[in-house]
Amino acid sequence: MIHQQGNRFFFNVDWITVLIYILLCTIGVINIFASIYNPDKVIGIDFTTNYGKQLIYVITGLVLGLSILLFDGRLFNVFSPFIYGATLILLVVVLVIGRKVAGNQAWIPLGSFRLQPSEFAKFGTALLLARYVSTFNPKFRDFKSIFFAGLIVAAPLLLIMLQPDTGSALVFLAFMFPLYREGLSGYFLLIFLGMIVLFVADFLVPTYILVIIISTLGGLFIFANKRKQKVVFSTILVTLIAVGYLFLVKVAYTKVLEPHQRTRIELMLGLRTDNKGAGYNVIQSQIAIGSGQGLGRGFLQGTQTKYGYVPEQSTDFIFSTIGEEWGFAGCAVVIGLYIFLLLRLINLAERQRSTFSRVYGYCVACILFFHIFINIGMTIGIIPVIGIPLPLISYGGSSLWSFTILIFIFLKLDSNRMGFI
Amino acid sequence: MDQLFNRKYVVQGLFIVIAIILLGKLFYIQIVSDKAFVSAESNVLRKIYKYPARGAILDRNMKVIVQNEPVYDLMVIPNEVKPFDTLALADALGLSFEDIGKKLRKSKIQSNYQSTFFERQISVESYARLQEIMYRFPGFRTQDRTIRHYPDSIGGQIFGWVKEVSQDDIDNSDGYYRPGDFIGKSGLERSYENYLRGERGVINTLYDARNVAQGSYAQGKYDVNAVSGDRLISSLDIRIQKLGEELMQNKVGAIVAIEPSTGEILAFVSSPTFNPNKFVGKNWGNSYMDLIRNPYRPQIVRPIQGYYPPGSSFKPVDALVALQNGAINPTTTFFCPGYYVAGNHKVKCEHVDGTINLQRGIARSCNTYFCHVFQNIMTQNGIKNQRNTYSKWHEQISKFGFGQKLDIDMPYEKKGKFYTADYYNKLYGNRWGYTTVISQAIGQGEITSTPLQMANVMAAIANRGYYIKPHLIKGIGDNHTVKKEYTIKNSVGIDAEYFQPVIEGMRDAVNSPWGTATLSRIPNILMCGKTGTVQNPHGKNHSVFIGFAPMDNPKIAIAVIVENAGYGSTYAAPIASYMVEKYLTDSVKNGRMAEVEWMKNQNLLPDLITKIKKPKVFKVDSLNLKKTDSLKKLKDSAKVKSANAVKLDKTKVLSQENKNSTKVQGNKR
Repeated sequence: MIHQQGNRFFFNVDWITVLIYILLCTIGVINIFASIYNPDKVIGIDFTTNYGKQLIYVITGLVLGLSILLFDGRLFNVFSPFIYGATLILLVVVLVIGRKVAGNQAWIPLGSFRLQPSEFAKFGTALLLARYVSTFNPKFRDFKSIFFAGLIVAAPLLLIMLQPDTGSALVFLAFMFPLYREGLSGYFLLIFLGMIVLFVADFLVPTYILVIIISTLGGLFIFANKRKQKVVFSTILVTLIAVGYLFLVKVAYTKVLEPHQRTRIELMLGLRTDNKGAGYNVIQSQIAIGSGQGLGRGFLQGTQTKYGYVPEQSTDFIFSTIGEEWGFAGCAVVIGLYIFLLLRLINLAERQRSTFSRVYGYCVACILFFHIFINIGMTIGIIPVIGIPLPLISYGGSSLWSFTILIFIFLKLDSNRMGFI
Repeated sequence: MDQLFNRKYVVQGLFIVIAIILLGKLFYIQIVSDKAFVSAESNVLRKIYKYPARGAILDRNMKVIVQNEPVYDLMVIPNEVKPFDTLALADALGLSFEDIGKKLRKSKIQSNYQSTFFERQISVESYARLQEIMYRFPGFRTQDRTIRHYPDSIGGQIFGWVKEVSQDDIDNSDGYYRPGDFIGKSGLERSYENYLRGERGVINTLYDARNVAQGSYAQGKYDVNAVSGDRLISSLDIRIQKLGEELMQNKVGAIVAIEPSTGEILAFVSSPTFNPNKFVGKNWGNSYMDLIRNPYRPQIVRPIQGYYPPGSSFKPVDALVALQNGAINPTTTFFCPGYYVAGNHKVKCEHVDGTINLQRGIARSCNTYFCHVFQNIMTQNGIKNQRNTYSKWHEQISKFGFGQKLDIDMPYEKKGKFYTADYYNKLYGNRWGYTTVISQAIGQGEITSTPLQMANVMAAIANRGYYIKPHLIKGIGDNHTVKKEYTIKNSVGIDAEYFQPVIEGMRDAVNSPWGTATLSRIPNILMCGKTGTVQNPHGKNHSVFIGFAPMDNPKIAIAVIVENAGYGSTYAAPIASYMVEKYLTDSVKNGRMAEVEWMKNQNLLPDLITKIKKPKVFKVDSLNLKKTDSLKKLKDSAKVKSANAVKLDKTKVLSQENKNSTKVQGNKR
């Protein structure tokens, strides 16, 4: 028992996840270094540059993570409403005193640093959602439970939309997956998927053709199930909603979305080309990544990224540096590491005995997943430009720390998996 | 666990599917498609080209005929231009204030980031002034390159001109040429472009997104130094080329001289000619407009593009074929009453020679004799086979180069006209015979040839049976290589023994008292030759002389044509004799030098108004020939009418000028 007491804090921690975490952070620092590398300037550890700062963030992040492991896991469960409340307050505060950067009022200045509350809202929401599910054990078959869960997610989401930071808000859709795991009907995912498909299709195919296709499919389905009244009724309903949605999308697209967002969507769908203006980022990013070819140009040999052709080099478009200097091999390694991390987090979540830990684990994996998919998808042009960072790799203290906190809280919960929380 | 546990696989499956989608797209843009790679290169790489000097062209005695002269272009990268003292730049360049803005906008349209021409070929003075104040104009830089220079101002049509590449040239070059490159557009510059152009050098420089140079690419691994073009050694002899051009001034016509043993062209004169120095660089446009306005059409390269009936100069060839076929022998005689009766019409002779043999027939240029020779050839295999015999004869004559290209190393060579039996079959059915085409016996009628072909025939006779394809370049590059096709002997299909009587006849034509060109005899040199007075359907007869010298071991074969100059012995033969003498002895001997000066001053340019209005007269042509020509005449007259409308006002002015200049039409016979 003494031996166990001595290692109490780090006992049962999943060191493999920690290793992947460190690997990804290291890749981040290296590539941030490469993206701002200038052969004429002195090479060395310079803490005024982005990579120097990122090195500090990584070290402090690691300290932060390890100190989280020192906490008692049960505290996160107990304090989750307060943490959630605190992040909500911060989100309100940022709307009042926040500093506007690139059109988004997302930052609270704190001395020489700037705090981005939306990053921390993610784990606040994850904790409260886990608390809600573990306390009431809803199966999400009734409207009430879906409503409450939805409320927990929607509150920070709407506050972030007010900044307006669409990218960060979009990430909150990730909470759909933990709810699905806990019993939410798969139809919600299908409807969500259907909405995306119809949205894209509405731009590429004339609306009336889509209406014909949907009506025909609906008609065939009804014909096949004509004896089951209930099915016939619901099919008619779904068909009508789908058609209505098609027209709604057209209206909403022009009325709700900002012009720059419309442009980005049209660029992604190939409906317009604008290589010098709005499309510049995406084109240059794809050129940089594509020019890496199989094995890349080599460390510090990238020309596109180094000579400033790709904007937002070290933050949102850091993946283009990886693509250019390390080629397809490097990209595959990074994506491989991410997928390994995600699958491992899901596996860890599934081995929890407490519902709280499991739900929280799913939240962590799915938030990471959204970030990775949207960010990489954006740099290679399969997703419209949405400014969210690549977890653990992109430059930025707030994002690195918030991911660190997300992951390490889960690791702490996981190390306590034998006990009850 | 509950059944919801299985939903883990849905979530994990989604992760994996998305990862595969991301990797798939990455695989496409990184490995399958190289579009991105190419775009990346064009993003950062700016290639600065170094233009090589074109190869020089020397004459056979290694004297420079074509060389290079440095000129300076002012280049601009619009993106790097900062507000500058426009007036100072305008002043230095000798441009107006507005021009500067105009040119800058034009450059911007071409490219904002690439170096483009601002002003081409600025003068040396402008260049010197600019060098001092260049620092005041960021974004501008000077670029030196070379243009052609011709120290003796000769050979306009031979060398052709060098111009900036057109879009077509770029499209057809498989990516070799780039806008701003220069290319040989005509003449030797065109045919030897691949040797003359050299290799363009390039310096690769990296630029960042703000278009600031970031140093050389890959430590200059892919930079290339410019390599100058190959030097060409021409077969021309600058001395007689120059003499030829002077002799031919104010005359229309051509001179071609060939070294028989090698096929090397010693002189290649096309008259009227032009000063090639006017056609370099940016003056080209104005000079070219002047050129095409000239009614005597100097743009025609007459030695290879002018069509002339060979006239009497065809007779030696006729005789050789007859001897080879056994249609006559050297002692065969015919009686000349001053005309030859072919069917229902006469071919007239200039004189009555009585009974005459081959050698004398050539020396006296007796039409009757050669009509009989032709009759003998054609009827050799029986009167019924004469059309087949014509085919055989046509084949034999063609071996001398008539009716086909000689593949000279210049572009746009024409092949002349020499019709086959099939042509006459189509025209007359089977109702034609040797009398129909009898005018070809004396080189008239349908047969036309280029001066080059005539000179080549002389080379073949001088060589006693073969020729080497005539060419202008005898050595390429430092190894002095010559194209292989210019080393092969082409047999004309006549045995060597038959040449002696023909050559003796040609010797007599120049050197005996009864010859047609005795006044052109060269002291101490035995020149063989043949005059021709070519019937010209469009005006005064052309004066023609072909010949070679010396008789034994010939060093030069020559053809001279002076349009509308009358008898061959009056102009063409003396010009040939001066050329030959100059080539063989390096000078024209004392008494004859005055003749050379006299010849240079002769103005034989045809009067344009009379040329158009004068009715066509067919002196020798048979009635049948008139028929064959009637269709063509119709076409021609239609052409002339339409051309007249345009030309008339120009020609009026010119004809007045011609009347003012004294026209000495002295007959030297």
